[in-house]
Amino acid sequence: MGSETKGNWWIWKVFWILLFITAFEVALGIIKPSFLVDTIFLGTKLINHVFIILTIIKAAYIINQFMHLGHEKVTLKWTILLPALILVPYLLFILLNEGFYTYLKI
Amino acid sequence: MDEVLDEALVKDHKPAWKGGDQPYEASYGKLMMWFFLITDTLTFSAFLASYGFSRFKYPDIWPNPEDVFSHFPFLHGEHPLLFVALMTFILIMSSVTMVLAVNYGHKMQKKKVILWLSLTIVGGAIFLGSQAWEWGHFIHGDKGGINTQTEHVVHIAEGEKLSSVYELMGADGHDGTHHHFTVDQVITSLEANPQYNIRKANRMYLTNEDAIAYLRENASEVLLGANLKNNEYGHPLFADYFFFITGFHGFHVFSGVILLIIILINVVKGTYERRGHYEMVEKVGLYWHFVDLVWVFVFTFFYLV
Repeated sequence: MGSETKGNWWIWKVFWILLFITAFEVALGIIKPSFLVDTIFLGTKLINHVFIILTIIKAAYIINQFMHLGHEKVTLKWTILLPALILVPYLLFILLNEGFYTYLKI
Repeated sequence: MDEVLDEALVKDHKPAWKGGDQPYEASYGKLMMWFFLITDTLTFSAFLASYGFSRFKYPDIWPNPEDVFSHFPFLHGEHPLLFVALMTFILIMSSVTMVLAVNYGHKMQKKKVILWLSLTIVGGAIFLGSQAWEWGHFIHGDKGGINTQTEHVVHIAEGEKLSSVYELMGADGHDGTHHHFTVDQVITSLEANPQYNIRKANRMYLTNEDAIAYLRENASEVLLGANLKNNEYGHPLFADYFFFITGFHGFHVFSGVILLIIILINVVKGTYERRGHYEMVEKVGLYWHFVDLVWVFVFTFFYLV
């Protein structure tokens, strides 16, 4: 595991990163800079893309560090990540893109 | 094939195909916890994806999350995002105390495991309490709305500023009594107070006369608060998803707190000390971090986006 010899500093480092990203997200959500809100990119506001990217960064830190997946064997890592990495984007694609006909007002 | 097998037998001095090898170098319990978390990931992904689907279907009449969750306990006025930000902070903090408990478990320091596990339980309980407050506030409602036959919920405004049904009717929405207003009462009040008007979807404001005419034609009932059928903030699906997704997540937090209490009792009793390792703390820790992980996504897709 390797963490027996490690201290606790890395835990607090991850904590500050997560806290900083969350505070940044909240500040962005309150201020709402107009160039991020008014620019539409790939069907949604630019600010939403920023939120989603920051969320994925936070998720990566939680999974890698807190859940310790970064220190597991490569085979275990991919066994866990691949199903989600394939199925979740697929689900989003089917629902949000292929479901376009429900938006048509007939 | 036989040669390969024989080679493996010679190399490890044990039958490679008869078990005993650990391709993942992870215990059965930990592996099963991970597999459960994958299935749970897909469940929550489906919930959030269907939320996005419905939101894209009704872009005009979907409530704006900042208008809905804009209050903070004991504070007056509008504070959008602040309370959920606090809830996120509490959950991240409890994740940190959980890692610390796992870390001290590796070092076999029973007392520190007890300390940090207890703090994790406290964090989880505070989060659940915050969620109960949030639910209560959402169910009670804030400004009220008027349901119309065009399936839009319209709101009372004063000029170009969002007001509330309570203000128009001269009532206190937070005095603890159960209010009920009829459409006729609201229209009478609008006639008596010409400074008030209504706000339609997409922040479109009507004049006082147009508002009265619109309500006479379309209004069906005055909505105060939210439930599964109606929702003063806008489309009823918003309330349905809110109750379902945050409720399902809250149920996970609740189960997590129960699991933490059970392993805390075991730690205190010295069960893991005797077993020689604190892997059970690690396994429940995985679940607890997952709950935090889900909240990170719920926070983004329910409150920020």
